[in-house]
Amino acid sequence: MVMALISPFVLLIGISFTLETGAQDEWVLSLANYQAVFEKPQYLRVLGRSLVISSLVALTTVLLAYPAAYFIAFHVRGNKMMWLILITLPFWTSYLLRVFSWKLILGYNGVINSALLWLGLIDQPLDFILYNTNAVVVTLAHAWAAFAILPIFVSLQKIDRTLIEAAHDLGENSIAAFIRVTLPLSMPGVIAALLLVFIPTVGDYVTPKMVGGPNGLMIGSLIQVAFGRLDNWPLGAAISVVSMITVTGTVCAFLFGIDRLKKLVARA
Amino acid sequence: MTRRTGTGTWLRHYTIVYLVFIYLPVVLLPVFSFNDAIYVAFPMKGFTLRWWEEMVQQTGMLHALGNSFTVAVPVCLVSTTLGMCAAKALTSYKLMGARVLTGLFALPLVIPFIILGIALLIAFNSYGLELSLWTVGIGHVLICVPFSLFVLMSRLEGFDRSLEEASLDLGETPWMTFWRVTFPVALPGVVASLLLTFTISFDEFLLAFFLTGNESTLPLYIWSQLRFPAKLPAVLALGSAILVVTFVLVTLAERLRRQGEFRSDTAAGGS
Repeated sequence: MVMALISPFVLLIGISFTLETGAQDEWVLSLANYQAVFEKPQYLRVLGRSLVISSLVALTTVLLAYPAAYFIAFHVRGNKMMWLILITLPFWTSYLLRVFSWKLILGYNGVINSALLWLGLIDQPLDFILYNTNAVVVTLAHAWAAFAILPIFVSLQKIDRTLIEAAHDLGENSIAAFIRVTLPLSMPGVIAALLLVFIPTVGDYVTPKMVGGPNGLMIGSLIQVAFGRLDNWPLGAAISVVSMITVTGTVCAFLFGIDRLKKLVARA
Repeated sequence: MTRRTGTGTWLRHYTIVYLVFIYLPVVLLPVFSFNDAIYVAFPMKGFTLRWWEEMVQQTGMLHALGNSFTVAVPVCLVSTTLGMCAAKALTSYKLMGARVLTGLFALPLVIPFIILGIALLIAFNSYGLELSLWTVGIGHVLICVPFSLFVLMSRLEGFDRSLEEASLDLGETPWMTFWRVTFPVALPGVVASLLLTFTISFDEFLLAFFLTGNESTLPLYIWSQLRFPAKLPAVLALGSAILVVTFVLVTLAERLRRQGEFRSDTAAGGS
């Protein structure tokens, strides 16, 4: 199992240092693929955009999900499970169709435009709502909501309620008690949610392709093109290795930053 | 006190708006699958069942549906079995490097799927394995095991090992002990894991996209249909059908899980 997991990545890194020659059994070692990735501006630009979009998505998803998770954890008595199921049920349906549905909602002849036209609020369809970065962010924030709600809910649910009561007894008002007790204690769930949304969305291929347009292009599309139309596996492998390292680096930097922040807060 | 109920109502309103946001795209599919027009737009035309009839007649779709089952059923069985072994090993024995192992199992989750997909593609290619539904299945097992592992670990954590010891002391073989003591306790987790891994495999697109040969699974079929506007309404009908089936399945699973919890509680109380 462990071998099965590791060997593909060893091969991936290996092939990224070879040159596409067209011949089957010929292996030429080369750094050309990495040179291409670092010298042609499009690769790094798209990679950078992917990181920005995914960070925005992770933040949006968590911000939207937190109040709902908070409501279920603290204000619903009895059938919390029912609320959780109600909220996560749509995520059991086809990912492709959910993403596609946003195209129907945001499109030129889509639900929003045709509804606004029908109601007479606009004269012609708005064309700025689909095929851009915002559309990608909204769609992904919807598609990955369950990955944010569940960890946040679990960490809120675990909080010892007497701690919050203690804060109230010591004279803190609701907002201060939330900021100084509930929010810090729920941070593990928030951090897990941010990572669970950030990592997979960086490599998403479906959403940018369907609703992103030219400016919403993400790194997954470039990897796919290298393996598909260009049929240049070594180049695709090199893009993947660079993306993988960048994603891991970003995640480590984020966790390190959180750690520093925690120490600073503890000292203050 | 009044202010607290105030934030409570406020949060309730927010959660309801949030639910609308979450359900809006999902509800659109069935609504427009009955709409008598090719274009998905307001105002809606009339009611029709023609897209549903068209859907049932598409042999390509039924074939892809069959393929998806062919992949998802073995995948959920294999990954839940592997997840069970790993969860048992990690929770009951103080293994050397247990954390490292858990981390390794979770590896597919911290790597974007597209990269996992092409890494596997390269690997299969260099092992000389022909791409087929088998290679899709192997890819799916890799991503399903971590989910299965986490579901089962949370179920087995806090499991009283003295129950197993008692069974062994009373003369049961380790195998029978597993079947009669450990397995019933883990059962709700096993059901949850089977469902979760089945759904993941059934719905997975990216790995299947890179790892399949000539056969297509349902998501691949849907992807190929989305390009043709004329085929769209039938795809909507298909999506709605899947929607209804999953709703029923998930609700059933949840009831089963509750029943399981109830039964294991009373069993623990009665013994």
